[in-house]
Amino acid sequence: MAAATVAENNTFRNEVMAETPNGHRMLHCLQCGTCGGSCPSGADMELTPRALIALINAGQRDRVLSANTMWACVSCYYCTVRCPQEIPVTDIIYTLKRLSIAERRYKDTDAPALAKTFTDFVDKYGRSFEFGLATGYHLLSRPLSALKMGPMGFSMFTRGRMSLLPTKIRNIGQLQAIIHKAREIGARR
Amino acid sequence: MKYAYYPGCSLECNAAAYDMSVREVADLLGIRLQEIDDWNCCGATEYFSQDELTATAVIARNLALVDPQLKQVVAPCAACYLNLKKTDRLMAEHADFNQKVNEALAAGGLHYRPGTVQVRHMLDVICDDIGEAAVRDKVVKPLNGLRVAPYYGCQVVRPYPGDENPEYPMKMDHLLSWLGAEVVDYPVKAHCCGGHMTQISEPQAFELIRRLLQSAQDYDADLIVCMCPMCQLNLDGYQGRVNGYFNTEFKLPIVYFTQIMGIAFGLDPKKLGFGKELVAALPVVRAKVNGLAAQAAQ
Repeated sequence: MAAATVAENNTFRNEVMAETPNGHRMLHCLQCGTCGGSCPSGADMELTPRALIALINAGQRDRVLSANTMWACVSCYYCTVRCPQEIPVTDIIYTLKRLSIAERRYKDTDAPALAKTFTDFVDKYGRSFEFGLATGYHLLSRPLSALKMGPMGFSMFTRGRMSLLPTKIRNIGQLQAIIHKAREIGARR
Repeated sequence: MKYAYYPGCSLECNAAAYDMSVREVADLLGIRLQEIDDWNCCGATEYFSQDELTATAVIARNLALVDPQLKQVVAPCAACYLNLKKTDRLMAEHADFNQKVNEALAAGGLHYRPGTVQVRHMLDVICDDIGEAAVRDKVVKPLNGLRVAPYYGCQVVRPYPGDENPEYPMKMDHLLSWLGAEVVDYPVKAHCCGGHMTQISEPQAFELIRRLLQSAQDYDADLIVCMCPMCQLNLDGYQGRVNGYFNTEFKLPIVYFTQIMGIAFGLDPKKLGFGKELVAALPVVRAKVNGLAAQAAQ
């Protein structure tokens, strides 16, 4: 009876499930650990995906959203295809990334800054911009590594693999109208 | 056969060799590619990390822009391929989500009905639509003597493996054997290259890259062929940095599978984008493929 009450009142789990396509599969987690054992970044995670799901089920919002798990995930989907319960583990991690970024709960990672710099270029030009990403993100977030990137960047440039100017799509106004509307709809809920 | 073509941002510049070789090989095989007019970035993993609805709407614009005469879109980049496929699936399987995405698209005067366009990877088109006989028919310089390690990476085979095994895919292995290459069967062919982690945590990324290079080298590969711009960038562009970090001496060329197809088809290496890779591939190809060195010397 007590367990049922906890489950029903677990607003965090309900939120994660609602925000993740097929997220309800999470209810079937066996805690077998196949996800963490399959993860190429498992060793770099404070909490493996298995532990994360257990904590979501326990309603531990703070611990989950401040974990480094999401920022060590490389989106390889091994956990997803191996899960015997068909839990979309990678997609759950995407949901946790979004919640962690929205509430600024992340720490000790530049991943959100990289994501923001990347999509700002998409919003502005309709295309990604590798040189802008390399310079903007690295100079702002990690000037030391920008120095180390220099020689490689130069090699890429001399081989015609890095453009100094962004490409802009013709109908950027159309894309921006779509983006604007999508954000408006997203804010509605 | 005619397909809509979604090159994606990487193929415009960093992975120009992929774009060049895809177009050359497609042309020779009679695959007609019609680039989606005014396509936009798929957002890679970065948009989905921040806003799922906007990420999907941004991707769906590309599907909505596909020429209504065409029923399939080909994406050579793994991230683009997955994003296009995932968007179509999400919209098909979740009616409320589909409605929201289309409400956003309508702000740009567009509409997309999920299922209208089938999302394909270039490897599938070559292996399944063109097939063994037609590919073999075009081989004029069999890659005999060249030990090639096929590297699949993640996002083409997972989470939507289609008829492939998501842990042990075989299509590129088959294709390489049709070209006459010695196919290297090594255990990490579908493991992860680290993706964008080179930008976030170098130790984590470099270790994943090292494992791939080490395994291919242990199995005596002359070179690795890949099917994703991110994989190529990490394995090739960062190979020098990885050597510095681990005090290793890897010198493995990394090219796109369409580039090596072009060599077997006798196409001009320059038109296939050879020379853009940081670890030079052509000297290895010429030295190993029986008969190519003599031809190059003439």
